[in-house]
Parts: sequence; C-alpha cells; structure tokens
Amino acid sequence: MRVIVVGCGRVGSSVALDLKREGWDVTVIDEQEDALGRLGEDWTGGFVVGHGIDLQVLRNAGIDDADAVVVTTDGDNTNIVIGQAARKLFDVPTVVVRILDPARARFYASGGLNVVCPTSSAITALTDAVRAYEGALG
Amino acid sequence: MYLLIAGGGKVGSNLARTLIRDGHEVTLIEQRSSRFDQLEVEFEHQVHKGDATELYILERAGIKRPPDIVVAVTGDDEDNMVICQLAREAYGVEKVIARVNDPRNQAYFDLLGISPTVSATGSIMALIEHEVPEHGLIHLLELRAENLEIVELTVGDEASCAGKTIRQVTLPEGSRLISVVRNGKAEIPDESMQLEPGDSVLAILEPGKEDELRKVLVEH
Repeated sequence: MRVIVVGCGRVGSSVALDLKREGWDVTVIDEQEDALGRLGEDWTGGFVVGHGIDLQVLRNAGIDDADAVVVTTDGDNTNIVIGQAARKLFDVPTVVVRILDPARARFYASGGLNVVCPTSSAITALTDAVRAYEGALG
Repeated sequence: MYLLIAGGGKVGSNLARTLIRDGHEVTLIEQRSSRFDQLEVEFEHQVHKGDATELYILERAGIKRPPDIVVAVTGDDEDNMVICQLAREAYGVEKVIARVNDPRNQAYFDLLGISPTVSATGSIMALIEHEVPEHGLIHLLELRAENLEIVELTVGDEASCAGKTIRQVTLPEGSRLISVVRNGKAEIPDESMQLEPGDSVLAILEPGKEDELRKVLVEH
C-alpha cells in the first residue's frame, strides 16, 4: 500500500514515520531538501524535493499508483488545491488534507473533502478543559 | 456593476482605478500592511486590509451582496484558486476571473472549473510566437466557458488548401476563418479568396479541433 505525504514538517514527518513503521510504502514531498533530516538517518522510504503543486513532482513521487495522499504543508490554500487535484485528477482513493483555518475547513469538508482541522480540535479541547474545571467546582 | 478585487498589486490597483473611473463600484482587498497604507491614500474606504482567502475578510468586503464579478489577481496562484472557489461555491458569485501567475498551474484552474483566466506570461508568449515567421498553431484567445478559441496558423507550403478558395476548403465542423494576413495586410475574406502558402490565418473554433484544422491548413 503506497502513501504520499506532501509536506515534511513536524506533522508530515511524523505521519510518514508512523505509516512506514506500519509497513506502508511511503514517499515524502517537500520543497526543502533539509526536511529529509526530520525523517531520521535510517529513512528508506522515498523523498522528492519539490513543490507539491507541481504535477510533475506529484507524478515523480508516484501519485498515479498511490492508495493514499496526506496533504500537510504549512499553507492552507496549497493543501486545499493539492488535495483536490489528488482526488479529482489522480483519483487517489484516500486523500486527507490539513486545513488550519476552521472556516475554510468547514467549507471544504462540506464539499466532500476529507479535512483535518487541528485548530478546531484545539478549541474544543481547551474549552472542554475549562468546563471540566468549572464542573469540578460543583 | 459591483466588483470585488482580491490583490492590490499593480494589476489589482490599476484595475480598480480603471473600473472606478468607468463608474463601477469596487472593493479592493490587499493583505500587505505597507501596500495597504499606500492604497488607502487613493482608494480610502474602497480598500480593505486582509487575506482574501479568509471567509470573514471576504464577508467584510461585501461578498454576500453578492458582487457581479470577483477578480482574483494576487501574486499567488493557490490563493487565486481558493478565492474563486469560495466566491462561486460558498457565496454564489456568478462570474469569477483569475490571474494565473505560473502557466504550469493552468491545469489546476481548469480542473477546478475556474474560467476565464488571464496569464500574462501566456499572453506574451502567444504574441512572441505570433512574431516568429515559422510557427505552429498559436492560441490567441481562449473563452473556455463559451467553448471557443481563436487561433492563428500559417498556411503550409505543401498544404492541401494552398491555391484553393475558402469556399473550396473543407474546414472542420465548428470552425470558421476570420481573417487572412498576407504580406502584412489583413483582410476579412469572403469565400472566393484564394489561400496561399505563407498566409497567416485567424480562425475561430471549438477547443479540441486544432489538429483537424492544422491538417487542412498547414499539412499536405
């Protein structure tokens, strides 16, 4: 099973390492060659230097045979666009996209894009923590 | 008309100025502080500061009215794509126009159905090719939503149409010759005009018919 991770920051690199450990064939795309360092010295998966919006870069990373694509660069709009290309142009069965802005996350999720919004999760978790404290006061 | 322009750089600001002069209502959105300050001097309340890919910024700029046209002319293609998608699909704006900075990204705009698009690089490339004596088929104007394009080709030396009148040439269905330029002079031809090798021909046709047209006019 092949997965492509677009964006090798803190999140992308961890996702890549976890999936690799579980036996996935992983290729990571990042604009910076240095990002390869986040994958550790024993990285045996693929690494393509380039911008994920470049269709040729996506093809070089093997998107034509990918079962899954995880889009997690530091730009919401970049992620939104690459995610849609992965689905509509390359027909990748599983595409998941990180969008930090809750408003755009809601909009694109309602349009059928598989979206993960860490900001919304954080808001929920933080307010729940305060409510729990309030609850504990009786 | 009420227009919303995203991107207050040279293109956006000049566009806003022209439209206002022509009597339209315009709101301009620019995210860079220093640029916004400059624009505010000229445009005052008509310019808003913010990231036009944020829904609350678009709403503050009046996208719920909705505008007649949203024009996305920032320097970032991904931003332009998202602005147009949000305008059309979240706010029901009927007409969107986008600038394409990197011609390689045209495929994305096509995929997302964003049309028309304007690529300065693309337009200038077409003009450069137009100036080159021996060139293939060049796309001068594409109206994707209307399914039409205008192309220019040079009648080949061995072309089957050379020496024939326009009436005698079987053009692909859905195409028409608009003008013929010979020795620097342009003519809107009638069907009795004879085509000669070296004639530069402007044709209007449905996208996808280029190869058929090339076979008729250029090849033998």
